[in-house]
Amino acid sequence: MTSEFAVEMRDVVKRFITPEGNEMAAVDHVTMKIRNGEFFSMLGSSGCGKTTSLRMIAGFEWPTEGEVYIEGKAMGHTPPFQRKVNTVFQSYALFQHLTIYQNVAFGLEMENAKEDEIKKRVGRALDMVQLTGMDRRKPKQLSGGQQQRVALARALVKTPDVLLLDEPLGALDLKLRKEMQLELKALQQQLGITFIYVTHDQEEALTMSDRIAVMSKGKVQQMGTPVEVYERPANKFVADFIGESNFLEGKIKSLTRKEASVFIPGLNAEVTGMPISEGLAKGEEVVVSIRPEKVRLVEKGALKMNMFRGKVTNTVYIGADTHIYTEVHGVKLKVLEQNRISRLDPKSFYTVGQDVSLLLMPENTLVLKKD
Amino acid sequence: MLKRLRENKSAQGTLLALPTIIWMMGLLIIPLILTAVVSVGKRSPDGNVIYAFSLDNYIRLIGYSTDCANGQASCFDPLYVSILGRSLSLAFNTTVLVILLAYPLAYFIARAQPKQRNSYLFLVLIPLWTNFVIRVYAWMILLRQEGVINIALGAIARFLHIPFQPLDMLYTPGAVLVGMVYEFLPFMILPIYTSLEKIDNSLYEAAADLGANAVKTFTRVTLPLSMPGVVAGTILVFIPVMGTFIVSDILGGRQVILVGNLIQRQFLDARDPTFGSAASLILMVMTLIVTYFYTRKFGFGEEIVVA
Repeated sequence: MTSEFAVEMRDVVKRFITPEGNEMAAVDHVTMKIRNGEFFSMLGSSGCGKTTSLRMIAGFEWPTEGEVYIEGKAMGHTPPFQRKVNTVFQSYALFQHLTIYQNVAFGLEMENAKEDEIKKRVGRALDMVQLTGMDRRKPKQLSGGQQQRVALARALVKTPDVLLLDEPLGALDLKLRKEMQLELKALQQQLGITFIYVTHDQEEALTMSDRIAVMSKGKVQQMGTPVEVYERPANKFVADFIGESNFLEGKIKSLTRKEASVFIPGLNAEVTGMPISEGLAKGEEVVVSIRPEKVRLVEKGALKMNMFRGKVTNTVYIGADTHIYTEVHGVKLKVLEQNRISRLDPKSFYTVGQDVSLLLMPENTLVLKKD
Repeated sequence: MLKRLRENKSAQGTLLALPTIIWMMGLLIIPLILTAVVSVGKRSPDGNVIYAFSLDNYIRLIGYSTDCANGQASCFDPLYVSILGRSLSLAFNTTVLVILLAYPLAYFIARAQPKQRNSYLFLVLIPLWTNFVIRVYAWMILLRQEGVINIALGAIARFLHIPFQPLDMLYTPGAVLVGMVYEFLPFMILPIYTSLEKIDNSLYEAAADLGANAVKTFTRVTLPLSMPGVVAGTILVFIPVMGTFIVSDILGGRQVILVGNLIQRQFLDARDPTFGSAASLILMVMTLIVTYFYTRKFGFGEEIVVA
């Protein structure tokens, strides 16, 4: 390993011409440093630039500006077959005319590996993805999950420095997807290879990744560990995209180095003692964000700091949790409670119209710039 | 009655196939049987068929003869065998040339922008709007002694002050080959295009990703995946080329005689339907044998079937 970073994107721009003839930046000045042995995810909705970024690392596209480095080496216009990275495609891209064995052996044959070595390595790769004994079948004879494993084995048999995965679990059903998520993570830790994983599924990214780059409109909105991007979203987009958030618009009333008090006109009250992100000024219009599961519902009791009276407008029972929709002076707040006790008894349920008090614990809220 | 038919799926199928079955019976199976019967008959002096069972026509086709020039009891005349051989080799050469010409073009169309693909396919089909015979005659105008090609070459030669003798191109095997290739090219382009167009772009990317350069990608991925199209095109080209007589008639004159011409002449000029029928059947059997071995090796050009 010559470089600390397996893959580096330095100020990369990729422009396309749309069918209407307009120029569009699919990737807009993206800089990412992906460490060796890291499980790194690019997360975003379709059109955010995540797949284009991955394709530039693989060599299927070349940056319009900026440079991609693999193991510290500038890639320039190096074609895909000369890069020490391999890709698992969203559609698997298996060769239908070849058997599973031939599919996995393909990459080794291109390296002119010896036949007995190919045999050994293909066997090991198929064992690794639990497809032992399937080598004579054709891809069409396998289930979606099995085909996915073949695609994985075909890429991993080349022992790449970096494995690129483009929504590899997208076509699988939920249960299989969850199994594969854990399996992929275990495989990555066992092999110690850098994985760069593209997904639009936030839960998937949170489950597997060491670090996540949240992308939108060709730009990286935030890069950090799953805990960081969930607990300390950098802006309103990230807070909204990852998980759910209640947003309360307000104005900073007082500001210390660590904490802020924000006046929320909707509540006609002040929320105090909230941690702040950088670059905020007194008097600035801001958004206070709080996750539904972090709002505490108190049935009765005296009003304390950051506590507001409201009414339940709707409840939705979804098995593990109950979503409680409330209104405080016309401001809507969603609250999520885990069903830690059986809700069979109707009395344990919140009822529509019921008076409740909502507690916004300052350490669970965030003050974000309004965008 | 109608109700019972509604429940009987296989009867429905038979009923739907009935018009075609009647058509094929009347216009293919029965004529074929008649041809077989006539082929073992004898020719009467006035050109009619005497129904009998004799293998004389087939023996004559093979080249065994009892009517020999220098008084031998029997001799071998390779005339008809050589006609069969010439037809076979011409069909083979035509097919190979057509594949070599059609493949790159089909590849180009398949990789073009989706909007442009249709216009290209349209261009491929335009020649088919003109009558087959007229298209062959057009080649005559190009190839003859005072034809377009010779005039053009002559002009160039005069410009360069080189002595020029018009080329003898018409009425040569080469002229027939060119005509055949031209006539049957679209029937190869279309099936190859169809199978190339089905190859997902990600397969090319996967091959490159796994270390294959352009040549390896072509030989290991593109070509095998487009083989069904090549096979289908080969069947569509080889079989008609084996039997056609118009191209060789017009562009080959009396110089290039193929089985098709032989059969045509037996019926129309020589007035020997028995020998013509025998030649027809031999042609059919030969074509079937070649097609059988070819499809056994490469399949029928269908989708890649799961083994």
